[in-house]
Amino acid sequence: MSTEIEIAGIVRRFGPHTVLNDVNLSVRPGELLALLGPSGSGKTTLLRLIAGLDQPDSGNIQIDRADALGRKPKERGVGFVFQHYALFRHMTVFENIAFSLRIRKAAKPEVKARVEELLKLIQLESLAGRYPAQLSGGQRQRVALARALASQPRVLLLDEPFGALDAVVRRDLRRWLRQLHEEMNITTLFVTHDQEEAFDLADRVVIMNAGKICQEGTPIEIYRTPANAFVHEFLGESNILPAAVRDGVVYADAGFVIGAAAAPDGKVTGYIRPHHVSPLANQNGAWRVLRIAATGSHARISLGLDGLTIEAAMTADALLESGLVSDAPVDVLFSGGTVFDADGTKPVKMFAARGVVAGPVQASLHV
Amino acid sequence: MAVRRVLIAVAIAFMILFLVMPLIIVFSEAMSAGIGTYFNALVDPNVADAIYLTLVIAAVAVPANLVFGIMASWCIAKFDFAGRNVLITLIDLPFSISPVIAGLLEVLLFGLNGLFGGWLSDHNIQIIFALPGMILATTFVTFPFVAREIIPLAQEQGNDEEEAAVTLGAGGLQIFFRVSLPKLRWGLFYGVLLCNARAMGEFGAVSVVSGKIFGQTDTLSLAVESLYESYDIQAAFAVASLLAGLALLTLVLKAGLEWRHRDEIHAVRRKRSS
Repeated sequence: MSTEIEIAGIVRRFGPHTVLNDVNLSVRPGELLALLGPSGSGKTTLLRLIAGLDQPDSGNIQIDRADALGRKPKERGVGFVFQHYALFRHMTVFENIAFSLRIRKAAKPEVKARVEELLKLIQLESLAGRYPAQLSGGQRQRVALARALASQPRVLLLDEPFGALDAVVRRDLRRWLRQLHEEMNITTLFVTHDQEEAFDLADRVVIMNAGKICQEGTPIEIYRTPANAFVHEFLGESNILPAAVRDGVVYADAGFVIGAAAAPDGKVTGYIRPHHVSPLANQNGAWRVLRIAATGSHARISLGLDGLTIEAAMTADALLESGLVSDAPVDVLFSGGTVFDADGTKPVKMFAARGVVAGPVQASLHV
Repeated sequence: MAVRRVLIAVAIAFMILFLVMPLIIVFSEAMSAGIGTYFNALVDPNVADAIYLTLVIAAVAVPANLVFGIMASWCIAKFDFAGRNVLITLIDLPFSISPVIAGLLEVLLFGLNGLFGGWLSDHNIQIIFALPGMILATTFVTFPFVAREIIPLAQEQGNDEEEAAVTLGAGGLQIFFRVSLPKLRWGLFYGVLLCNARAMGEFGAVSVVSGKIFGQTDTLSLAVESLYESYDIQAAFAVASLLAGLALLTLVLKAGLEWRHRDEIHAVRRKRSS
């Protein structure tokens, strides 16, 4: 039986700043949910409110259909893993993990059994007698997790769980945590500002910005159909082109066609991922290759037209086949993207405009 | 290299001249008339009274400053309030004021002609030239030792561990005794050691407020002076050797505990790496 969390109309102000502004969210039983957003978006504050480390100015939080705000942290059945772990520095690994059990005055054999079980789970049995300062970052992280799990919480909250770790450890721990979640099935929320991490790990992702939830959904849903321009930009690099729609064709203001979209005529902004931009070598092409940067398996190509620069991405193999070199004249093909209206909302998918190569178009086509 | 050697040589020479030599002289003078005389000087009833008085003063002043120090560091590290910086400065006041002035201020406050003198004598309470005054003076002079040691430590350590304890189900008292206090314990330990050494050795402030009645309001350090002035040089040095021995014991205790708990001290002191 996993736990669900219902968050309704949460507002939290710090002085003049509204950190959370009417946040509503349902966390489903047993899911692994990511709160993703830039720093200052309110995601950590939301986590702290659920844990009871902070109180909202208004709104409601229910854990398993029971009001949580009226209850003390210890009555909420919540485990919390802090960004910098906050391990008790004067206690050994064993005592850190045993803390909540000792607070609960659990019998000694029970404490020992439970801690040993958790040490085994985090694969640190041999380090039970060490102090936190004697552990590596990844080990501390796992101890923090074991400590939070010791009292068998109904909900697990993790604040930037991998933020302080290097890339390799981060990837390993991510897989390990995913596996752990599948075994234990505890409803888990984690906060991150790293979209790759959120997408890799979570069942569902909630995107926050400026104290509000912008979008929630599975990673694929969000990536394919971002709700607004912020989400599109936050999820990865975008070429952002001021444009206009006329008769279903999207014209960049700089004077070329970037695609077709079923949007009403008018001003829009086109968002195009680099991998949807394909440079094609052409002696008479209007674009120029400005720079090629190979980053291992992929390559990034900067393309210029009359002072405008856009970025393209392709695999290193495709680059080799294409025969593109710096300064070469090229045509550019746009194979997808999204247009948003002037407010950065109302997304409409953009498709390749068939047979159109993005060169300069006649001025008459302008809107 | 040459500069390094010269600097080290200067430091060592300085230490020998100002620390080691006086220590040797104290002990050799104390023993100059033989070990029997040395012990006779120490079991003199007046000296025994001075030892007792010194212990009593330290036994009150040190715990008092321990409690004040913890309270002050708690206030300063956990809360942000108006006047916080003023409080930090005030804690250092006893360091910047001459102990004699501190004693004098006390006389001006509690002495017979002092601010509260009339009220005190009406109620038959004697502070100046008596034990309460000496305890007050010592407490004042040694106030910064514990607080100064743990305030920076508490500030650096922040609140994270306390918050973690909250999420793990601990209540206020449990957090204080299981987390806040233990994580400060080495700072507290050093603070208490230094505070105690100073409390037992304090001269200036206590000298002003004590009546210097040999055998009644003489502490060890005052007894050294009394004996020396009455030309009982050997006894003066014998008592002085007690104070010097106390200083050495403090050092040994500190070093010994540091060595025994080196793992934990290292672990607690190392900054959180992030």
